[in-house]
Amino acid sequence: MSLLEVKNLKKYFNTPGGMLHAVDDVTFNIERGHTVGVVGESGCGKSTLGKTLIRMTDATSGEVYFDGQEITGMSQKDYKKMRMRMQMIFQDPYASLDPRMSVSALIAEPIKTYKLAKSKHDLDKMVLELMDTVGLARRLAGVYPHELDGGRRQRIGIARALSLSPEFIVCDEPVSALDVSIQAQILNLLMDLQEEKKLTYIFITHDMSVVKHISDEICVMYLGQVVEKCGSNELFHNTLHPYSQALLSAIPVPSIHNRKERIILKGEITSPINPKPCCRFAARCNYATEKCFESEPEFREYGEGSNHFVKCHRVEELQAEKAKTAN
Amino acid sequence: MSEKKLLEVKDLVVHYETDEAVTEAVNNVSFDLAPGEILGVVGETGAGKTTIGMSIMGLLPKPPAHVIQGSIKFEGQELLAESPEPKNFFDFAKKGHRKREERHLEKVLRTIRGKKITMMFQDPMTALNPVIYVGEQIAEVIRIHEKCSASEAERRACDMLEMVGIPAARYKEYPHQFSGGMKQRVVIAIALACRPDLIIADEPTTALDVTIQAQVLQMMKELQKQLGTAMIFITHDFGVVAEICDKCMVVYAGEIVESGNLTHIFDNPMHPYTKGLFDSLPNLEVDTDRLTPIHGLMPNPMDLPEYCSFYDRCGLACDDCKKCNPKLVEVEPGHMVRCGVVTKDLKKAASGQKAEV
Repeated sequence: MSLLEVKNLKKYFNTPGGMLHAVDDVTFNIERGHTVGVVGESGCGKSTLGKTLIRMTDATSGEVYFDGQEITGMSQKDYKKMRMRMQMIFQDPYASLDPRMSVSALIAEPIKTYKLAKSKHDLDKMVLELMDTVGLARRLAGVYPHELDGGRRQRIGIARALSLSPEFIVCDEPVSALDVSIQAQILNLLMDLQEEKKLTYIFITHDMSVVKHISDEICVMYLGQVVEKCGSNELFHNTLHPYSQALLSAIPVPSIHNRKERIILKGEITSPINPKPCCRFAARCNYATEKCFESEPEFREYGEGSNHFVKCHRVEELQAEKAKTAN
Repeated sequence: MSEKKLLEVKDLVVHYETDEAVTEAVNNVSFDLAPGEILGVVGETGAGKTTIGMSIMGLLPKPPAHVIQGSIKFEGQELLAESPEPKNFFDFAKKGHRKREERHLEKVLRTIRGKKITMMFQDPMTALNPVIYVGEQIAEVIRIHEKCSASEAERRACDMLEMVGIPAARYKEYPHQFSGGMKQRVVIAIALACRPDLIIADEPTTALDVTIQAQVLQMMKELQKQLGTAMIFITHDFGVVAEICDKCMVVYAGEIVESGNLTHIFDNPMHPYTKGLFDSLPNLEVDTDRLTPIHGLMPNPMDLPEYCSFYDRCGLACDDCKKCNPKLVEVEPGHMVRCGVVTKDLKKAASGQKAEV
C-alpha cells in the first residue's frame, strides 16, 4: 500500500481578482521509501501542494490519505498525532530559524512540543544524537543561527524535521539557497538518511538536475496541475508533454560539447486566477491547436501499463510525428 | 594578441575595513578583456565576484571598502586613484591630494558609468525604482548621457523596450505590474540604452526560472552580437557560462584560481577547486549514486591563511602547500592555474618527457 495517497486535491485562494487556483485537481501516490520530485516554475503551486499535503494550509477539496487514514477531514487532536510522522524542511535556512534560539534549543523544540523526552538529561542526549546524525559538530550546540553558514543552518532544519522520527518529509527547495559545493553535501546527507531511516520524501524544486539525482518519480507541474508524471529516468529519456520538453531543454548544461537545440517558450506563465477551461499551457505551446484552446485535456496514462501519465491532447500525434522525422 | 584591450585590471586588492577586522575581499586579481568579449566570473557566495564588478564601476561603498592597490584601465583611462592612501591619519597634505584626485575621478566616472560601462544587478525586483514608470527609468539614462530632449529620450526608450521584447505601450507602467522576467528585460534595456562598450552583469538570471532564463540569455546573446558589447558575466552557474561566455575565470576566496577559455575550463580543469565544483554538480546525462562534494567551507575572508586558501579542502594538499601561497602559472597558452601541486606535476611530466627523448 502506498504511504501517501492524494486524490483530486484542490487548493484555491480567494483573491480580489477572483479564485486563484494554486493546486488544481492533483492526484498521485507515493510508495514507502520512495522519493517523488515535484518540479515547475515559480508560481506553479509546488510549495502550496507541499503545504496542503501536511495540512499547513487546509485543502479546498480532495483527499489525502496517509498510511491508509484520511487526514484531510481529521480533527485537530487526532491530526496532531499524525503530524508527528510527517515533517517539512523549508527552503530558506536564513528565514526559517528563530534567530533568538540557540542550535540546541531549535532542535529541542519539536521534542518538547510532543513531550518525548523523559528528563532534561534525556533531551540533551537526544539533541546531541540528532546533531551527530546530520553532521553538526557538538560544539555548535550553544551558538545562534546567524553565526552559521547556509549549509549548517539547513542541517539544523533537517535535524528539526528528524527529531520526531517521521516517516514522511516534505522537502521544499532544501538546497536552492545553497552554493553547489554545499548543495552536494546536503543532497548526500538527505539520501543517506533516507536509506538509513527508510524515509519517504516529496522533493520540491525547480532544479531539474537535482530532481533527477534524488527522485524515483517526477511530477511536472504547470499552473497548479500536474502535466506529466513518470519515473525519473523515463522523464529524461522519453519526455512527452511539450512543457516538460521545454523545461528540460532550458537547463543550462555545464559542458561545451553536444549542445542541443533549445526550445524557447513564448511568453510567461499566465495568471492562475480563474483559468479558462482549456489546456493551461496552450498559450505558450508551440504545438497548440484549436482543440487545445477549447477543452481541458485529461490526465491519462500514455500506453497501457507504462505508468507514464501525461495531460495533453496531442501526445499521440506529436509522438508519431517525432517517430516519423526520426526515420 | 596585439589588439587593443577594452579593460585591463591589474593586481587589484580590495579590503573591507571595520572596527573588528579586515575582510580581504579581493586579492591580487588581474585580467583583461577585449572589445566584444564575454568573460564569465564563477565562484561561491562570498568569493569576491561582486566586489570585482563594483570596483570597476567605482560603486564600492567607501568606507568600509578600501582599494589597497591595483589599477583598472578602461580604454586606457585609469579609473582608480593612483596616489596611495595615507597611512598616517594626520597626514593632511597627502589626504587632500588624494581627495582631489578622487573627486576628479568621480567626475570622469560619471561620464563613463551608465554610458560606456553599465551594470545589471542580480535582483530585478530591487534594481528598479518602484514609484517611477519603467519607461521613464530607461529614458532617464538616455537624457542624462546623450543630452537630448525629453521627447527624444522617450522615443528612444520606447525603441529600447521593443528591442527587449516588451510592447512600447507598457511605457507608463510601474515595475510591480511586470513579472520577474519582464523586469529583468527592463533592467537589460536600461543597461543597453546608451549602447555601452562594457556591461557588468551580476548574476542577471539567478532570480529567474529556467524557461525565462533561457529566453533572457538568448536575448542577451543576440543583442550582444548585434551591438558588439563586451561583457563580464558574474554567475555561480557553470551551465550559464557554457551557454554564453568566451572565457572564464574561477574565483575562490578573492583570488583567481583558474582562468582560461571554455575548452580549458570545461574540458581540462586543473585546479582541484574547479574540478570539485564540476564533481558536485548532479549530472543529467550520467547516473551517479552519490555526488562528490567539496568537504568543508571557504575560509573566513577576515582570516585568510598565509598559504594556499584552498589547502583545508583540497584532496591534493601536501606539506609544500602550507609553505606559501602558490602563484598563478600559465600551464598552457591562455590557461592559468594557481596550484602548487598541479604545476609541479606538470613540470615533472615535462622534464620526464625530455629525459625520455
